[in-house]
Amino acid sequence: MAIGTRVLEGVSARPSRLARVRELWEREAVFGYGLIVPALALIVGLVAYPFGMAIYFSLSDYWVGSPGSFIGLQNFRDILGNEIFRQTVYNSFVFTGIAVVLKAVLGIWLAMLLFRPFRFKRLIRGAVLLPWVIPTALSVLAWKWMFDSLYSVVNWTAIHSGLINPPGPNWLGMADYAMTAVIAVNVWRGLPFFAIIVLAGLVSIPREYYEAAEVDGAGSWSRFRHVTLPLLKPVLAVVILFSTIFTFSDFNIVQVLTSGGPVNTTHLFATLAYQVGLTGGNLGQGASISLFLFPLLALIVFVQLRYIRKE
Amino acid sequence: MIVGVRSQGEKIRSAIFGYANLVPYLFFALFPFYFMIITSLKNDNELYNLKAVPFLIQTGVITDHYRYLFFKTEFLTWMMNSLIISVTATAISLVIAILAGYSLARLRFPGVGSFGTAVFITYLVPPTLLFLPLSQVVVWLGISDTIWALIVTYPTFLVPFSTWLLMGYFRTIPKEVEECALVDGASRMQTLTRIVLPMAIPGIVCVTLFGFTLTWNEFTYALTFVSQTANKTAVVGVTADLIRGDIYYWGSLMAGAVVASLPIVVIYVWFLDYYVSGLTAGAVKG
Repeated sequence: MAIGTRVLEGVSARPSRLARVRELWEREAVFGYGLIVPALALIVGLVAYPFGMAIYFSLSDYWVGSPGSFIGLQNFRDILGNEIFRQTVYNSFVFTGIAVVLKAVLGIWLAMLLFRPFRFKRLIRGAVLLPWVIPTALSVLAWKWMFDSLYSVVNWTAIHSGLINPPGPNWLGMADYAMTAVIAVNVWRGLPFFAIIVLAGLVSIPREYYEAAEVDGAGSWSRFRHVTLPLLKPVLAVVILFSTIFTFSDFNIVQVLTSGGPVNTTHLFATLAYQVGLTGGNLGQGASISLFLFPLLALIVFVQLRYIRKE
Repeated sequence: MIVGVRSQGEKIRSAIFGYANLVPYLFFALFPFYFMIITSLKNDNELYNLKAVPFLIQTGVITDHYRYLFFKTEFLTWMMNSLIISVTATAISLVIAILAGYSLARLRFPGVGSFGTAVFITYLVPPTLLFLPLSQVVVWLGISDTIWALIVTYPTFLVPFSTWLLMGYFRTIPKEVEECALVDGASRMQTLTRIVLPMAIPGIVCVTLFGFTLTWNEFTYALTFVSQTANKTAVVGVTADLIRGDIYYWGSLMAGAVVASLPIVVIYVWFLDYYVSGLTAGAVKG
């Protein structure tokens, strides 16, 4: 037998290198690594490397077109002493806090409504998800027109139903109103996402739990409080964490609706970084502003990963 | 008998309660789109008349805003750019994600768990964290201000998302099917392309739909990396370049918003169930 193989090897000496490569390729580990090479190259080259660059930028006085020199923590010292930046930190927390709470509460409410049996189920679900699917920048443009200083349809409706006196507030031109508008649009866009995910969570709760609770004499509030909410917790945790990241780092809504105005009262980290880093050309300072998104991101990733391990 | 009657009445009351809550929400959700369409069909005199009822078109439907959009602006170029960018970036990402997703979901090799984690972390990185350094990478690659800047950078958020979603789909395919194919002498690549992929078609459709939607709708990178009018995407072109001077011409702006949203609406209506299942499977960025 042994002799036979040796003879065969000798005969097919030429294609053997190709065969060996082929054989190697068929190994599970080699094939496995081979398949992730493109994805890995992309992540290293266009995510990890730019992230390293962001850190380098933030430590240098890098301007568009002129690679600067290392200046240590000067950028961070500068922005922390800057009034606009402090305003932005405040805005970001107000914006994220209120928007996420509203989305969570209204999302649960909407999901429970959609969970009931009703007619045109598919059509209504489709309509509910629409704000989430349409290009955000374009739907926000429609909101900008709805909040117009002179022809606002929101004000028109409120005035004609006797809710406010004419001419009504200049939504995007006054600090608190602008923040309200930005939050409202964020909730409008993010609510469907919450509702659809929570709905999936509701569907997965076994009916028997409700029946058992009903037998025990639990009313609808107590069923919600003691059955629905505890069982929705895992789903809610994931969706709230996700939503917090993407609300905190939002760019589109503020950029299109107010560009951070009036007088920086709606600036978020991303829009301020854009204004300082690209419009103003100070890439170093812009990068250090956007890096302030990182601690929250890291925290949430950490929580998510621990949570996934536990699952 | 009495119980039956009461539950009947309760049912009706509960249905009324449900609709009474849903209808206002649907109004809130859909009104901006209604207003978009109605604005795009109204003439300027009525649009900027404080006495007119903004909900209606009282002085006749016009198509001037659309005609202006198609014949006097670069709107059609922007739509074409968006189409090329979305299709190419989605296709590239799909191939990369199929390979990586299959490997991470199905094959055993040292470090597979940490690669999975790396993909997940990248999936959570918001584009706004990296757009400043990426704008410089794009300059160094010599593709700044071209549609290639977007084709190259969009996979950075599409690949992690698609890989994550596909991993879920690949895991649902019974392992025995693959093992049979391998025993029968198929190579690993053949097993992937001929056995596994056909079984994962719902996942692939889902990833393609989301990829197309996310790239078509993308705003941050498209605004940042491209400044030349002729190379802009539809979303950025409408948002930034239809404003002349400092003046917003709302008729044509809304016409642009309607037409640029249309491809997404059509696909969405057609594949609604895939969107819902993809959302719940991947917990997509929102």
